[in-house]
Amino acid sequence: MNINLTMIGQLIMFAMFTWFCMKFIWPPIVAAMDERKKRIESSLIAAERGLSEQKEAEQKAQEVLNQSKDQAAEIIANAGRQAASMVEDAKDVASQEADRIKTSAQSEIEQEAMRARNELKDQVSDLVMQGVSSVLSKEVDAKAHKGMLNKLSQSL
Amino acid sequence: MASGNELIASGDYIKHHLQNLTYGQNPDTGIWELAHTAQEAKDMGFMAVHLDTLGVSFILGSLFLLFFYRIGKKMTTDTPSGAQNFIESIIEFIDENVRGSFNGKNPMVAPLALTTFIWIVLMNTMDLVPVDWLPYLAQQVGVFFGADPHHVFFKVVPTTDPNATFGMSIGIFILILYYSIKEKGAGGFAGELLFHPFGKMMLPFNLFLEGVNLIAKPVSLALRLFGNMYAGEMIFILIALLPFWIQWSLSLPWAIFHILIVLLQAFIFMTLVIVYMDMAHQKEEH
Repeated sequence: MNINLTMIGQLIMFAMFTWFCMKFIWPPIVAAMDERKKRIESSLIAAERGLSEQKEAEQKAQEVLNQSKDQAAEIIANAGRQAASMVEDAKDVASQEADRIKTSAQSEIEQEAMRARNELKDQVSDLVMQGVSSVLSKEVDAKAHKGMLNKLSQSL
Repeated sequence: MASGNELIASGDYIKHHLQNLTYGQNPDTGIWELAHTAQEAKDMGFMAVHLDTLGVSFILGSLFLLFFYRIGKKMTTDTPSGAQNFIESIIEFIDENVRGSFNGKNPMVAPLALTTFIWIVLMNTMDLVPVDWLPYLAQQVGVFFGADPHHVFFKVVPTTDPNATFGMSIGIFILILYYSIKEKGAGGFAGELLFHPFGKMMLPFNLFLEGVNLIAKPVSLALRLFGNMYAGEMIFILIALLPFWIQWSLSLPWAIFHILIVLLQAFIFMTLVIVYMDMAHQKEEH
């Protein structure tokens, strides 16, 4: 238990170890730990922000969904109304067309009837003429009595 | 009943265990050599070194630095591995203590606390190695090199050598003086010694009180650690003298209890170093 140079040696060794520790050991370890601390902090903040962003986005999505639902309902209602009016219009057009076709058919029938009547009239007048002329072949001058005959056939 | 011879043998055993491997100048012959006896070691005076204390503490300190340096070099900021976790928890523990007790700004205090704590823990832990193993190994090595086995001394635990504890505490004392003068100025530090606690009128008394206070710091620091470890080692040696079949029943509980002392003494030393550094950095009057 003698006090001797060992004490000085130990002192020098202590100083060297402390210096080495201060220079090469403490700073890198603490720096790495600090950096990790910062990274964890920032990622926690980012996570929180992400969460709130997600909530916001969900809200927005819900809004958009609601809007589009409203729009869809409106569109459907509009379409229904339009379809009804289109059917109405089509009905009107169809009945008009039907009326037109009817009237044209009627007029055609009338014309046809008129023509048939005229033809009949002509034939009758021809027949009358033939009969009259064969009865009165000598007394009647075709030329002279033509006017009278025509008047007759006209009145038929 | 132990016979006289046995008593002498146990006395020799204890003395042998408490003797450092001393290298110095033999005052009789003038030759630089290893001391053969405790008396020779004593006669060498101040100009001698304890090879075992210096060697063991150097190896332990180097192991500590190497281990921490290697882990520190491949530190990752991602998920840390086992060894890194271990080191980080130690660093955090030291950092917390320094933050709690040290209010100044000095990047040296935390590494200083780390070095003191780990180094002292490692040196104290040598106490838990069974008392005869390393001395026996040293003896065999000594015999291999042609020494007389009875003259190969080997004291394994550096902190049971007051040279080791005083070496450290004197280092701390120098730092206390340096930072006291640097932070408070020479005048401020002198004022603290002269005008506290009783004002100008009691100057000599103040100087005496504060002087004792100042000197007591390194002395108590060194003696506390040395005393605790020396006593612990002593008990291990005494237990080793008992019959082998009873040894375990005493050495096991003592070793378990000693783990506590190993850590506690290192922690106390470190805490006091931090506190002393803090006191040296305090500028305001108290």
